[in-house]
Amino acid sequence: MPAAESGNGKPLPILVVGGGIAGLTCAIEAAEAGNRVVVVEKSPCLGGRVAGFHQYFPKLCPPPCGLEINFRRIRNNSLIAVHTLAELKDLCGKPGDYEAIIRFNPRYVTAQCTMCGECSRVCPSETPDPFDYGMSSARAIRLPHRFAYPAQYAIDREACMDGCHACADACRYGAVDLAQKPVLEKMRVASVVVATGWAPYDAARIDNLGFRRFSNVITNVMLERLAAADGPTGGRILRPSDGKVPRAVAFIQCAGSRDENHLPYCSGVCCTASLKHAAYIRSQYPDAKITMFYIDLRTPGELDHFAAKTVADTGIELIKGKVARVQEHPGSRDLLVTAEDVLRGRKITREYDLLVLAVGMVPQTADLPMGIRTDQFGFVTEAASGIHGAGCARFPADTAASVRDGTGMTLRAMQSVSAGRES
Amino acid sequence: MTGRMGVYLCSGCGIGDAVSLEGLAKLATTELKAAVCRTHPFLCGDEGLALIREDLASGAIEAPVIAACSPRVKTDRFCFPPGEAPERVNLREQVAWCHAPNDDDTQMLAEDSLRMAVARLGKLSPSQPLAEAVSRKILVVGGGITGITAALEGAAAGYEVLLVEKEAQLGGFLGGVKKLYPTGTPYTQEEQGGLAEKIRAVSANPRVTVLCSTRVVQTEGQPGMFDVTLENRHCSTHRVGAIVMATGWRAYDPTRLGALGYGLPDVVTNVEIEKMAAAGTIVRPSDGRAVRSVLFLQCAGSRDPEHLNYCSSVCCMTTLKQIGYFREQDADCQVFVLYRDMVTPGPYEMYYQKVQNHPLNFFMKGGVTGVRRDDEGRLLVSADSSLIGARIELVVDLVVLATGMVPNSADNEALLSLREAKKSLERNPTDKQRQEAVAVVEQLGSLEGSQVLNLAYRQGPDLPILRDGFPDSHFVCFPYETRRTGIYAAGAVRAPMDAALAGGDAAGAMLKAIQSIQLATRGQAVHPRVGDDSYPIFSLQRCTQCKRCTVECPFGAIDEDEKGTPKLNPYRCRRCGICMGACPERIISFHNYSVDMIAAMVKAIEVPDETEEKPRVLIFACENDAYPALDQAGARRATYDASVRIVPLRCLGSMNIVWIADALSRGMDGVLLLGCRFGDDYQCHFIRGSELANRRLENVKDTLERLQLEPERVQMVQLAIDNYDSIPALIDDFAARIRALGPNPYKGF
Repeated sequence: MPAAESGNGKPLPILVVGGGIAGLTCAIEAAEAGNRVVVVEKSPCLGGRVAGFHQYFPKLCPPPCGLEINFRRIRNNSLIAVHTLAELKDLCGKPGDYEAIIRFNPRYVTAQCTMCGECSRVCPSETPDPFDYGMSSARAIRLPHRFAYPAQYAIDREACMDGCHACADACRYGAVDLAQKPVLEKMRVASVVVATGWAPYDAARIDNLGFRRFSNVITNVMLERLAAADGPTGGRILRPSDGKVPRAVAFIQCAGSRDENHLPYCSGVCCTASLKHAAYIRSQYPDAKITMFYIDLRTPGELDHFAAKTVADTGIELIKGKVARVQEHPGSRDLLVTAEDVLRGRKITREYDLLVLAVGMVPQTADLPMGIRTDQFGFVTEAASGIHGAGCARFPADTAASVRDGTGMTLRAMQSVSAGRES
Repeated sequence: MTGRMGVYLCSGCGIGDAVSLEGLAKLATTELKAAVCRTHPFLCGDEGLALIREDLASGAIEAPVIAACSPRVKTDRFCFPPGEAPERVNLREQVAWCHAPNDDDTQMLAEDSLRMAVARLGKLSPSQPLAEAVSRKILVVGGGITGITAALEGAAAGYEVLLVEKEAQLGGFLGGVKKLYPTGTPYTQEEQGGLAEKIRAVSANPRVTVLCSTRVVQTEGQPGMFDVTLENRHCSTHRVGAIVMATGWRAYDPTRLGALGYGLPDVVTNVEIEKMAAAGTIVRPSDGRAVRSVLFLQCAGSRDPEHLNYCSSVCCMTTLKQIGYFREQDADCQVFVLYRDMVTPGPYEMYYQKVQNHPLNFFMKGGVTGVRRDDEGRLLVSADSSLIGARIELVVDLVVLATGMVPNSADNEALLSLREAKKSLERNPTDKQRQEAVAVVEQLGSLEGSQVLNLAYRQGPDLPILRDGFPDSHFVCFPYETRRTGIYAAGAVRAPMDAALAGGDAAGAMLKAIQSIQLATRGQAVHPRVGDDSYPIFSLQRCTQCKRCTVECPFGAIDEDEKGTPKLNPYRCRRCGICMGACPERIISFHNYSVDMIAAMVKAIEVPDETEEKPRVLIFACENDAYPALDQAGARRATYDASVRIVPLRCLGSMNIVWIADALSRGMDGVLLLGCRFGDDYQCHFIRGSELANRRLENVKDTLERLQLEPERVQMVQLAIDNYDSIPALIDDFAARIRALGPNPYKGF
């Protein structure tokens, strides 16, 4: 049987759902091995969660550095078609020949955009910026973030004022098109890689830890934004309540993880991430006191070096035990943490001015079409088909593991392309 | 490139408001001899692009120079087939957006930027891609679960695979394992792993040739054309295009764990327990009696600077599984686990919870302080377990040491030193050299024969390793980065991992192997300069055999003959240009990147004479990190000193110090090098580029001394891509220091 081919006689492409680090790795690796690839990413730009991080562990290096190289690889490769603001709505078919229904949501800004920024300057609407987890506000029309790829503005239409067209008027290049509508399109693909990534567990669901009730209780992903140069504080880690420098910071590990009422599994990355965050704090505030409440310090493989070095460098106090209760001092907004200290067999109460909840990873697979199988937690499971999970959609993974997985799953996806060629 | 050139100026995005485009147009058509010069308010729009296309189509020009935004943006718009991306002048991010509008200095910067681009264009030569015949066969070294999986995955993608195993049969460590711990949903049931089926499948696969009892004696050549000599009973040579190294791991040597009781009867390792379980019932080795109580000691020789200074990441799960072996034999068996941290990441947590919930399994955080044997042959383990209060002593029938994984890799650097020392001894050395060489041979002689791939490379016989012996990538975002192009490590030799992860890792490494073959077929570079078809060309008649290029290439691409003449293996080359930067004779160049080209760009910069009080600062910027950071500073409308002239380099390691000497002897006042962080946590994508550039600055000091110039005129700064906010102060401070030093006395010479 000949290869399943698209109308113009070429082998069918691989569909990659999700343009975070795993998905974009898949797309690039597949294309550099000679395959056509279509990437659909539901947000306005590629990069996913890592684009919002300050640094990677264990090297403490900035994510835009690797993303820059990856975006250049995409720019230079004509085999990759990137569709942002696009979602997979339906999927049917068999390995080697699937039909995917893709919804293309409007960007309201065309490829004519030069990124000059005039539109943002005249936009009258401010909206909480989801890239900063709501810690800053942004204009309705904006570049999603500093190093965004594609380098093209987008409009958050829900944030627009009724009837406003200030941006369209201001754009000298005719790049604003407020009349755009969503479009559904069919696409034939040989195989599918589901790389829809993760979202941080909703910390507001953990009653006893005070998130949302107390302004100085933040999550680990929020701390990344506070530390990032392009974040809401220009890279300075400050208390949300009053913008003051924190003097005593506590990390609460397994916040909503390893807990049957929340996420029963371990997200595997939060221990190393919190140690990295301790390093951020120490580099800005050499005198800050840092405590970590943990159950097990999980820093597998060579990450153990990073853990040992960071514990030594930061002077972080490690307390094995679960936090029972967090209370807020009404005047100072400082936080009172009550926890068990398992190793000393006692209950302790401590005061901190900033609390960081190390929340876990929730796979983003709930909205995927039927036929993509997941386990009891929502992670995509291995199936003998042309549909493959990659990265944090498949298991909780750090960046390097996501990239490795994305690379491996690329080969599996390629096999479906060539499977079409054989009998 | 000497053809007709056209200059296209964009006045959009504020460029026209900041810079006189009439001035630039005049420069283009007179001094720069542009055949055509056009200005458009929206050059990347359809109408603007049509102007350029028409001029190309009519033959009015052969090459456009686009003076508009950064070359990092609008690449999909400004691309005119065929051939390479057009020459770009960054008038927006690095001129109009970051310098005072309508200012003399800003205008001079814009003009110099155009001059530099035209100079660069003038030095481009046509590409002559490599086009040798490439083998599509892939060698997999190691027939454990990683190697078997790699072979099956590669075959399923349509590639021929040669699978080589040093033992008499396939299977590796997994061959002796009773069962595997759970890796799939619901994550609580042990698994069989399917090794036997995989061995059958790989043995029967028509695309896979399996060779057991076979060693790699030598690996010569380069990606696409490795010639591998294998020794079975006889030697045979096989041509392959790429290599996956899946040589697995061995258990840490337990005889070094005497302090934990190893050597006493009934103190065994997890590896020994696995063998006993696979063979039948586990009994006390000393007397053959049933095991009624057992203690597992986690991190035995792991996470310990005296032993393995890392976590092997599988021992906790293995212990949980092995607890099951005892439980199956005896429902009432008492099990104790003494741990530091139970490492059961991801859904593996479910298995930990299941085992932990059994009433006869006791998990305690603590460290062992001693293991003794009493008169009745029972083991007394004393431990510091703060969990149940201070010191405890446990009496058990059996102690299991959960030992870690040691990679089956070779220490390339040490083997290289050993080889050099032996060569030195053969060469009639001086007494001092002989002493040194003898010392090296004594120290490292025991490594002889530990080679795995036996690469016939000038830079050593194996993959370079990281600190704990794993030939892993140093990069978080590029975990399959390799310093030996076309050779990829996978599985437990690359990093400690279990069979489930090793399967995925095998697929990843196989994909990279396939990709390197694909790119070699097209004569193109692999990551990070994927698709680049340039390669260094050596003018050997001027070579002085100084060996700098062969020593400094981070990828071992250049071998040398007896005399030290370099011999490039272009398919190993990653096109960073570090060899070009290293060469004191300047004999190395690429068709699209050369010492001559950058020198011409430097020469194109106008240097005002000293009475004008307009210093000139030359910046060499790494194009991967510093250059985007400079763009970002512009995008944020940060302003900085307009005396700078920015030249992007493929890697700061490609900087040849002759450019600095040229710049200073032409009267430029200072040179600033912006490269990536180096040291242990280096960020240079070409491994050592920025470090080597920094080292070369030592030689620049001599040049400065000769010219009687202040050493402060040349400085290197490590600048990460997200350090854009520090750029204005960095540049302004440097420019201020240069102004304070006064003009370079060589101006006007």
